[in-house]
Amino acid sequence: MKEEPILQVLNASKSFGGVQALVDVSFEVKEGEVFGIIGPNGSGKTTLINCITGFVKMDSGKVLYRGKEITNRPPNYIANLGITRTFQIMRPYYSLPAYKNLIIPLFSPRARRKGGWRGGGKLGDRATVSIDILEEIGFERDSFVPYKLASSLPTGYLKRLELARCLALKPDLILCDEVFSGLSMSEIASMVPLIEKLQMDGITLVMIEHRLRELFRVANRVMVLNFGAILTEGIPEEVMQDERVKEAYLGSEKLLDYTFEA
Amino acid sequence: MDILIYGIVNSFSLALMAIGFTLVYGISRLPNFAHGALYVITGFGVWWFIHKLHLNYALSIILALVLMGLIGAGVYRFVLIRVRGMATSEIIATYALGLAILEFLRWRGFKGMTYTLPVFMEGSIQLAGVPIDLQRIIVIGIGIVVISFMWLFTHYNKIGLALRGMAQDEHAAMMLGIDSDWMAIIAMAIGSILAGLSAIVLLPLGNIVVEAGYNVLILSIAVCIVGGLGSWVGAILAAFMIGFVQILTVRYIQSHFHMVVALLAIILTLILRPSGLFGRQKELEERV
Amino acid sequence: MVEKYEKVMGTIERRKERLDRGIKVRTEGIYAISSLEEVAYLVLPRLILITGLLLLPAVIPSLYWKRVISITCIYALLALGFDFLANFVGLVSLGGAFYIGAGGYMAAILNKYVGLSPIFTIPLATFSGAIICTLLLLPALPLRGVYFAIVTLMYPLAIARIIEALNILGGTDGILGVAGFPTRWIEQYLIILIVIFALFGLRRLVNEDIGLVFRGVKDNDQAVRASGLSITLYKSIAVFIASGLGSLGGAYLSHIYMWSGISQFALDFSIIPIAATVVGGGGTLVGPLLGCFFLVPISEFLRAFGTLRIVFYSLILMAFIMFRSEGVMVYAQRKYHQFERWVKV
Repeated sequence: MKEEPILQVLNASKSFGGVQALVDVSFEVKEGEVFGIIGPNGSGKTTLINCITGFVKMDSGKVLYRGKEITNRPPNYIANLGITRTFQIMRPYYSLPAYKNLIIPLFSPRARRKGGWRGGGKLGDRATVSIDILEEIGFERDSFVPYKLASSLPTGYLKRLELARCLALKPDLILCDEVFSGLSMSEIASMVPLIEKLQMDGITLVMIEHRLRELFRVANRVMVLNFGAILTEGIPEEVMQDERVKEAYLGSEKLLDYTFEA
Repeated sequence: MDILIYGIVNSFSLALMAIGFTLVYGISRLPNFAHGALYVITGFGVWWFIHKLHLNYALSIILALVLMGLIGAGVYRFVLIRVRGMATSEIIATYALGLAILEFLRWRGFKGMTYTLPVFMEGSIQLAGVPIDLQRIIVIGIGIVVISFMWLFTHYNKIGLALRGMAQDEHAAMMLGIDSDWMAIIAMAIGSILAGLSAIVLLPLGNIVVEAGYNVLILSIAVCIVGGLGSWVGAILAAFMIGFVQILTVRYIQSHFHMVVALLAIILTLILRPSGLFGRQKELEERV
Repeated sequence: MVEKYEKVMGTIERRKERLDRGIKVRTEGIYAISSLEEVAYLVLPRLILITGLLLLPAVIPSLYWKRVISITCIYALLALGFDFLANFVGLVSLGGAFYIGAGGYMAAILNKYVGLSPIFTIPLATFSGAIICTLLLLPALPLRGVYFAIVTLMYPLAIARIIEALNILGGTDGILGVAGFPTRWIEQYLIILIVIFALFGLRRLVNEDIGLVFRGVKDNDQAVRASGLSITLYKSIAVFIASGLGSLGGAYLSHIYMWSGISQFALDFSIIPIAATVVGGGGTLVGPLLGCFFLVPISEFLRAFGTLRIVFYSLILMAFIMFRSEGVMVYAQRKYHQFERWVKV
């Protein structure tokens, strides 16, 4: 793991009407690490990702990517720099088959720059490349699954499809918005190695999660948000012990132990 | 001084035209492209009641407004309910309906100088040295009455509150026992009555022509976009902005540019502030 | 896909099988063809359409109806553009007349004032008309929702009024004395070939990778932006293509009538393509074309009734959108693929 930050957020603030969604949030993500962001519902996690990726304009503050300012740039510009995101509410192209879903990101300037003008290496055929990516992410190559309409795929596959869409851009940094939520235990069990593999491949990951147990297995550092402000930040073991975190989450120590240990 | 007075008159006319459109869009997200047609049909309806059925003026107005309410509700109940939620179909269906009405009227020969409505009160008065006829004063008066009535209705009446609930979050409103279709029918009915009312107030100032249908549609859309689609307060503010700019253009440039002002207003709004004067941020509070 | 087994004639077992079984592999659009029959199954409908179109001018005797064919083809170009924008990019354009007007006036200006012959004016007017339309519509493109429909509705109405009011470009009389085509045959076959080319070109385009991007924009614009593609760029490309088709039609119209005027901004050009698309079947591209060949001749029969034509279209349009919104062609395609044949087991 290298020490230089790939992403820096400085004093990010955002309010919707009267609600302060983010209050002066500053943190940095180091290259190659898995950075977890946790916090109770409504603590501003998704807003933070929306601000970093340009889907929501920040009121004040800065976002730096490898030292370069990308504050409030349009989402497509940011994606082309190599920062991609998944959506909490999955957004596949429902009317297209799974493998054609990936042709769209493969069409982007970044994918074409990285993988030849056809967006996918020497072979050049985007359909072939997209099936390769789908196989890598856990779609069975020789089954019908990659050819099914996205609207007929189950949640587990759709979550993978979201990740696959990010991978098609050959990203340096993926911001995952609750990739584990809505999955069964066995599906999560097969997702965790996938996350580890992505990290091995040198991709930096920022993960928003409610499934703390799984997150703490993969995360190198964890940040806790509460009411739009940073509560604490540190390695998972420290954060787990922090009294304020327990309070913010549940207000009761007993229940917290239950969540962490169960 | 005359610019100020005629600007106010013009602004209230625009506000009256636009308020029905913005109401329907704000509550049920239906872009009612038949708005202009409803406006014109009221004018001809009143004319027909007076000249063919020989009813008195006040009675024809009331009849026409009731009829407009029924037409609005009918349009939703029999046409729009089938295409609800499919944005493309909603647009095409209302547009086709508006065209059908307007071009039918044109085919029946409703054009020319013969179709006029009598003014409510003859005569004119001097206001700060500017002559102004009473009908224009009535426009201002009715404008104020309608706006304040709508405000009271949506803030102190159960149905009005339900409509505001619908405007803010349709699904949440449905969970609280508000019937989405009924509210949309009511919204369409009120929207149509408002279109009719504006026609009755404004048409005595000129002839009833089919073209007015397209003009009214364009003007009300312009007002709504500048104000922020579906925002009630925004629409009234925008009506004042566009109203005064129009009067200024007519005065200092050329009366032909009357229409261009509306078009430019839309384009500029889309470029500079796509959500309109009162888009997004305030829309939760102010949509109705 | 195997519908049912049946015992016929004692010992031979036969079953019904869908015709497209064996041709379609895994998903729509990927075919495995192994026999001439299967080739015929796929090619025949296209062949019938093309030969039908090419034969039309030859079999229709009257000069008047030959002219109608050219006009129908112009409407067909508009309808193709409308279908492409509405069902593949998600932009509802209510102002086909705007594209016709832009192309028509450009061609007339280039021919009359610059003195170019139709060989040059038509491509140039197509191109410049498309650029004008795209630029003027650009403010509405980054936005979702009804803005595009509203802006396209306004332009033809407003621009006709501006030309009228300022008395520019010939005012209400229009630009007279535009050059015509050398012969009737060139006039007809050129536009028919253009329509065929546009139809198959668009069909190819929407199945190419860029076509998938367009469909992505329609399905889910946020995900397209997250994929590093600018939706404004791709929407403007799509609008450029559609308005180019319209402008081409407009330029052609100017040369057919040897005149360009405000009536090119008339409502017919806006409503007929929409009606043809809804009746013919949106999203098929062929449907709108056939819809035009059905509706425009009827419109000619109704010419005596004046604006009642538009009432007629609007009512047909409403009826279809309310009760049969899939349109004729989608239904026909589904039925065609459900044809069955007997095979031995």
